This record gives sequence, C-alpha cells and structure tokens, in this order.
Amino acid sequence: MADKTPHTLPRKSATFDDYTMSEIRRAAATGIYDIRGGGAKRKVPNFDDLLFLGASMSRYPLEGYREACGTNVTLGDRFASKPIELDIPITIAGMSFGSLSAQAKEALGRGASIAGTSTTTGDGGMTPEERGQSKMLVYQYLPSRYGMNPDDLRKADAIEIVVGQGAKPGGGGMLLGQKISERVAEMRDLPMGIDQRSACRHPDWTGPDDLEIKIQELREITNWEKPIYIKIGGARPYYDTALSIKAGADVIVLDGMQGGTAATQEVFIEHVGMPTLACIRPAVQALQDMDMHRKVQLIVSGGIRNGADVAKALALGADAVSIGTAALIALGDNDPALEAEYNKLGTTAGAYDDWQEGLDPAGISTQDPELSKRLDPVAGGRRLANYLKVMALEAQTIARACGKSHVHNLEPEDLVSLTIEAAAMAQVPLAGTDWIPGKNMS
Amino acid sequence: MAELDLKDIGVRGVNSTLHNLPEGTNEVDWVINNTNGQHAIACGLDAPLNVVVNGHAGFYCGGMNQHAEIIIKGHAGVGTAENMMSGMVRVTGNASESAGATAHGGLLVIEGDASSRCGISMKGVDIVVGGSVGHMSAFMAQSGHLVVCGDAGDALGDSIYEAILFVRGKVKSLGADCIEKEMRPEHLAKLKELLELAEMDADPSEFKRYGSARKLYNFDIDNVDAY
Repeated sequence: MADKTPHTLPRKSATFDDYTMSEIRRAAATGIYDIRGGGAKRKVPNFDDLLFLGASMSRYPLEGYREACGTNVTLGDRFASKPIELDIPITIAGMSFGSLSAQAKEALGRGASIAGTSTTTGDGGMTPEERGQSKMLVYQYLPSRYGMNPDDLRKADAIEIVVGQGAKPGGGGMLLGQKISERVAEMRDLPMGIDQRSACRHPDWTGPDDLEIKIQELREITNWEKPIYIKIGGARPYYDTALSIKAGADVIVLDGMQGGTAATQEVFIEHVGMPTLACIRPAVQALQDMDMHRKVQLIVSGGIRNGADVAKALALGADAVSIGTAALIALGDNDPALEAEYNKLGTTAGAYDDWQEGLDPAGISTQDPELSKRLDPVAGGRRLANYLKVMALEAQTIARACGKSHVHNLEPEDLVSLTIEAAAMAQVPLAGTDWIPGKNMS
Repeated sequence: MAELDLKDIGVRGVNSTLHNLPEGTNEVDWVINNTNGQHAIACGLDAPLNVVVNGHAGFYCGGMNQHAEIIIKGHAGVGTAENMMSGMVRVTGNASESAGATAHGGLLVIEGDASSRCGISMKGVDIVVGGSVGHMSAFMAQSGHLVVCGDAGDALGDSIYEAILFVRGKVKSLGADCIEKEMRPEHLAKLKELLELAEMDADPSEFKRYGSARKLYNFDIDNVDAY
C-alpha cells in the first residue's frame, strides 16, 4: 500500500546552488582553483540601473541627423607634445598577443582604425600585425615587461602603465603552457609550453612617488611626445585617481570588476574589486578636487556594451570608455553558430570562458594555427568597426535627446536611477524623487 | 670629449642632446657633469656612444640602453640599466634596488654592492657584481647570467626560469625552485669570459652555480607551498 504521507517538493539550497556544488566537486577532483577568462558574471549594480531623462519643457533637444553632436576626444594633452585625437570616445582595451591570436589582434587594429579610435597592446609586447593595422596604438607597460623594448615604445602613440585591472586588482597573471607557442615564447624570452607568470607589482618601482620618477624616465626616452596613461583596477578609485594625477598621468584608465581578463582565478574575478558603476563618481570627484577634470582624461572600462553605457559613463564624468569583452564578441566570440563545438568543450555559446585552454572555436583566444585561421582579420575588423560606429551613433542619439551638441556635454543631471544602490553609487537621484542616497535626506 | 653640464641644461637637455645626435656621428665621447643624483640620466640611448656620468646618479640611469657604453662614476639609484637591450653600463660604486631589472641584453657591471632585487625578471642581460647582492635578487629571472663575487641575500633566484647564477660567497637562502647545480666546463668558461669582460679579478673555480629546478614550470597542487 502506497505511503499517503504528504511530502514536500524537493528543494535546492539557495546557498549550495547547482553551480556552487559543481565547483566543490570540481575542486575536490582536481585540487586546483578554477581559472577562466572574462570578467565578473555575478549581477552587480550597473548602467542598466540608470535612465536618461531626455529633453522636456526645461531642456531643448537637438534634431537627430540634422544638428551636430560631436563625439571626438583628445587624450593626453596634459604633458605630452603629441596627444591622441580620436573620432569616437570608445577605445579598445589592452589584450595580449598570447592570450589572443595574431589574427584577433590584427582584427582589433583594423576595426579600431576604421572607426577612428585606438587599440592597445597587452602583456607580451607589440606584434607587427597589430602595429601595422592600428592607426593609433597604445603600448602597455606591465609588471612582467614581457616583450618590452624601447623601439616598440617609440613606435607607440601612447604608453599605458598598468598598475591593475578590474578583473583582479592586486593580482598578477598566468598564461598557461598550452598557449605558449614558439612565437609567444620567443617574444616573452621563456621556454615553450611552460606556465608564464606575470608579476602583480612592477619590478623597479613601488608606490606613487617612485612611479612619478618612472614616468619621467618613460617621457625622457620618448622625448616627452607620448601621452602616459595609468591603468588602475576598480578598488579605491578616489585615492588611486588622486595618486595617479600626482604621479603625473596624462590619462587614467579605470577598470571595474566586469572588465575581462585572459585567465584568472574565478574567486579573484568574482570577489575582488568594485563594479564599474561604483568607481566612476569617486574618480571624477578626485579629478575635480584637484582641478584636473577634463585636464587629465578619464577612460572607464568594465562591462561597456552599447551606446547607452557609453553615454552614461560620459554623463557621470568620464572622457571616454574602453571595451574588451564586447569587442571580442563583435569579432565572433561565443557565437551561437559554433554551438556544436562549444558543446564538445562542455559548455554552450554565451558561457564559454575557458580562454586559458587555447581551444577557442572562434579562433580568438587561441594560439592553435588551425583555429586561429578561422578568424579573418579583415572581416573581423569590419564587424568591430560596425559595432563601434553603432555605439557612437547610439550615444549621439541620447546626447541629442538631452539637448547636447557634444557627448561630453552629458552630465549627471541628465540621469536618474532605478534602484537605491545605483543611485548611491552613481550619485544621481532615485527616479521620481530628488533623493541621492548619502547626499541628502529628502 | 664633449661635456654636458646637467646643472645648466637639466636632464632633458642632457638626454635630448644624446638622443638627437646624427646617425654615425663622430661625437661619440661624452661626459655628464654635476649629476647630483638626478633621475633618468642617459636613459634611452640608442647609439654606440661612450658616456661618463661623472658623479652619483638617481633612478633609472642608463635605462633601456641600446649600444652605448655608460660609466657611472659614483653610486647609482633604483633600476640602473633597467630593461637594457645592448651595450654596457658600469657603476664604480654601489647600486640600489632592482639593478638591471628586466634587461634583455648587454652587460651591467657593478663594482660595489647591489641592493635587493638585482636582476629581477632579467631577460638575457649579463650582470656582474663585484660585491654582494641583497635579498630577492634574480627573482623570476628568465635568462642571462648574474655573477656575484661577494655574498647573496635571502631568497636568491626565487621562481627563477632559465637564468644562470654564479655566486662566490655565501648564499643566505635560495628562493622557491632555485637550486645549486653542477658547475660544468662550459659554465666555467662562460663565467671566466664574464669576469674578464667586467674586469673583475676573481677565480672562477671559487664560484658555485645556481639555477632552476624547473618544478614550478607547470602548476601542480602538490607544489602549492612553493608558489
């Protein structure tokens, strides 16, 4: 006779959810922490929590497609004799040859050049493909100094000193051996096939006082021509921005936790650093307090996806934004057309993040010659250029609707927030109120 | 020999003069006076010049040097000859931290002592130190040679890759994955060559060789204490 006692439905723990349990099983089986690419996947307050108000009785909109709305930006005119002039305020973030294929780096250069913006090298040095196809190329100066040489430094249009990045503020890097091809190994002066550790601190300076001297050296070597950027991870944006200004930066690149990495521990990506939205206003405040807003330019990165995100970042005080993950998606990363191949790797299109393994079916985060060939740099560059232009158009659309003749004229007063958290972080009012948490009590 | 007075024309004046010499110039011999420990003196040189820095230098003297031979007649600050590609930098006194950091080529000679992190992340440079080196020297050293005629501080060669270290005196401690290795004839020959190039009066047979055990080259959870 069947048991008639009522049972509750099976219920899974919110604390020990499926993902958490799978991670415990994976750790127990392998004895190594989970490493992956990309940025934070957890839900955090972000630009979607903000809305533009648009024009109304008290604001006069500009006619779309008829009245000009500028998008150009000058970067690095504080000290450099040759600042960078960009047509759009959207740059391509630093991503290394090594983590990415040579074809992907070339495609990034091509796309950025068509759209009138800059791209950036990464840990591992400058490739001829990238330099050749990039009208404006920013050369990253990293703790590892892999591939670092003064000839390439002089070929660059700007120099970006990497102090940290949003995916792992305070962390170094690791390029696993399976991606260390002969060419990558040669550029980095290391044997093929070994894990390449990238230090978390620079080898010859410690702290902002030393950095000021390091910047002097870089300026001397390049005859004071190149803008010097300092890239910081989103951790203590007010003080890090203030110290970067003090150290002599021309441009500050501020990367929030949604910003991607080639390969880092999952625990680092998801648990260290702050959301991009929370970083901008403190950084802008530091610039304003030191009378350096718009004199030292601020580039914001980490989860920028569309023209609305661009417009919101600019409205909060940034001079430009930078994209990495979104640019790779534009090239073809995580394309559903490759679903069968993602399935073979135990994942699905949209979730593939084992970039460190070098097996990317899209031919982007790999050094495998056969996989790399799948990405046509010319076609990839065209896709990226299209995407960049769409973003710029979207930002212009919003700016015109707010009555601005340049995207840089967007301001916090054009924004409201949908959530209390985002209102506090962005320091704009909760929608329908004049309440800015932490600023006023009404 | 042409003279540059740093007090009069500043670091910018000194460096721009040396950077802007025409290719193949006959004016290859230069002396920089009144250095006063200024930073970034004679950095970014890219020609076969002979430059005497006549006094103490601050940070990054001879940084990223290519082709030039630079003699610092005095002590040198942090990052002397950092990221040097070729040529030679000689310090007649002592050098501060991170001497020869990340340098790819050339020869760095320090006649006195070098402070901590000498040869950090070196990528092919040869460094010869007449005295002793401080802690964490040759940290993450990738390639090239570090010769220490005196003693080495704590954690020598921590996380070393393929660089080769020769030490004549005591090593306070070795860093993770750095071990003493057999001194074979080819190593003795290289050491002799480097000592002669550096004009150091030392007997190669008194040195020991250190290098990578190569146990940390690919991550292994059982080696986690060493990372």
